[in-house]
Amino acid sequence: MNLYYYASPSTFYPLAGKLIPLFSALAFILAVVGLYISFFVAPTDFQQGEGYRIIFIHVPAAWMSMFIYVVMAFWSAIGLAWNTRLSFIMARALAPTGAMFTFVALWTGAFWGKPMWGAWWVWDARLTSELILFFLYVGVMALQAAIDDPRRSDRAGALLNLVGVINVPIIYFSVKWWNTLHQGSSVSLTRAPSMAHIMLWAMLVMALAAWMYAIAVALVRARSLVLERERQTDWVRALLEGKP
Amino acid sequence: MLKFFFTVIRRDVLLAARRRGDWLTAQFFFVMVVSMFPLGVGPEPTMLRTIGPGVVWVAALLASLLSLDRLFADDYRDGTLEQMLLSPYPTSLLTLGKAIAHWIINGIPLLVIAPVLGIQFNLPNEALWMLVLSLAIGTPILSLLGSIGAALTLGLRGGGVLVTLLILPLYVPALIFGAGAVEGILSGTGSEAQLSLLGAFLMMSLLLAPWVSAMALRVSVE
Amino acid sequence: MIWESWDAFWKMGGYGLYVWGSFGMTLICIAGEIWLVRRHRLQTWQRLKRMKEWEPK
Repeated sequence: MNLYYYASPSTFYPLAGKLIPLFSALAFILAVVGLYISFFVAPTDFQQGEGYRIIFIHVPAAWMSMFIYVVMAFWSAIGLAWNTRLSFIMARALAPTGAMFTFVALWTGAFWGKPMWGAWWVWDARLTSELILFFLYVGVMALQAAIDDPRRSDRAGALLNLVGVINVPIIYFSVKWWNTLHQGSSVSLTRAPSMAHIMLWAMLVMALAAWMYAIAVALVRARSLVLERERQTDWVRALLEGKP
Repeated sequence: MLKFFFTVIRRDVLLAARRRGDWLTAQFFFVMVVSMFPLGVGPEPTMLRTIGPGVVWVAALLASLLSLDRLFADDYRDGTLEQMLLSPYPTSLLTLGKAIAHWIINGIPLLVIAPVLGIQFNLPNEALWMLVLSLAIGTPILSLLGSIGAALTLGLRGGGVLVTLLILPLYVPALIFGAGAVEGILSGTGSEAQLSLLGAFLMMSLLLAPWVSAMALRVSVE
Repeated sequence: MIWESWDAFWKMGGYGLYVWGSFGMTLICIAGEIWLVRRHRLQTWQRLKRMKEWEPK
């Protein structure tokens, strides 16, 4: 198998076109199964009542937000090291989805916090780190959007992404440490009391669904970017004769 | 090589000394932002003491960001930067020199002003010393990380605001450890841990930031 | 089935607003993103096609 073959935009474009329906279907099926377990199989939590069901969306969204940032950094590093255009495109295509999951994690965190802590926003270590991660996503996207030259835009975004990924563990550690200094008692979202196996399963299935969804959406976005960047090539010009 | 390094620092400091107006703007910005807080939250001494370290630190972050967008921009506009990039010395030496010059110009004055502002916030003597010490370790981090942002946004429209967006989240650990060190004195829990973590973060920035911002500079200029 | 009725299901033991507020917002975000990427793709396609047609032969 030749990796360079798949790294070429003209092979990637039709391949991605075939993969998108597959990943979309997987995402849909997994989401249905995950939602079924979340709402009809997982029992009521004896401490938090039905309110705890928010974690089935909150925890997978938080996982995805961090995971996507790391995957973006992976593509950025590959792009910078081997100068492959497609890796930059993948990094760029993932950013909005990552930001979306970060926003969902924040939103559901607030909706979980209100009944549990009595406040929409608490400076809990996880929520705070998630907020800063959201700022990091915004920074990368703003930088990419501000630069018109695609080559420079890709590289600048990739560098910032890598600096961010080195910083994320430090930020997380510092925020956690700051949090323990300033307030000792808070219920952690993920330390759900007596986490039953079935709850873990529901979260895993939902996370998988989110993962498949992220791949599908990123591929669609990457395809548009490929078209845009390769518009002068013969294969795109031939393609434009047909239907979208 | 060392000569090149010191020439870069000397040149920037001299240039800043020639344009004292720009330099004073950033210092007065720092003073004014800090002085606005008691007007906003009220003059109650115990509350001012609690928020003091954080306010001074946040103002220091903003003041250092304010002067960042000119770090490479002036040299870029008149073509000096390209000449410097063509020189046989490593670019990371150039960016390190620039960051250190930025710290000398904008960081050291903050250390001198900060205790005066701390008095406004009713901070006791030991806390004032700790504020200066934490700023002395922390402000080089701000200049170093900031040089990455300045290099990435070189020559972009609206670069100044963009730098803020990119760099402020990266400043979070410095803010937490720096303000935390002063708070450690106030609450009596000690601040050795905060200071050593701040020092570790400084070492890491010193090792990585000049190198990354050299790469960013090459991306932006080519 | 752990729910006694559909009504109990929607009420979520008093946490209805929070649970459905969370899941609803997630749904809105996902639907919005899907709509945006599809629109982006169509717009790119149409723009490139127009550019190609306007080129001098």
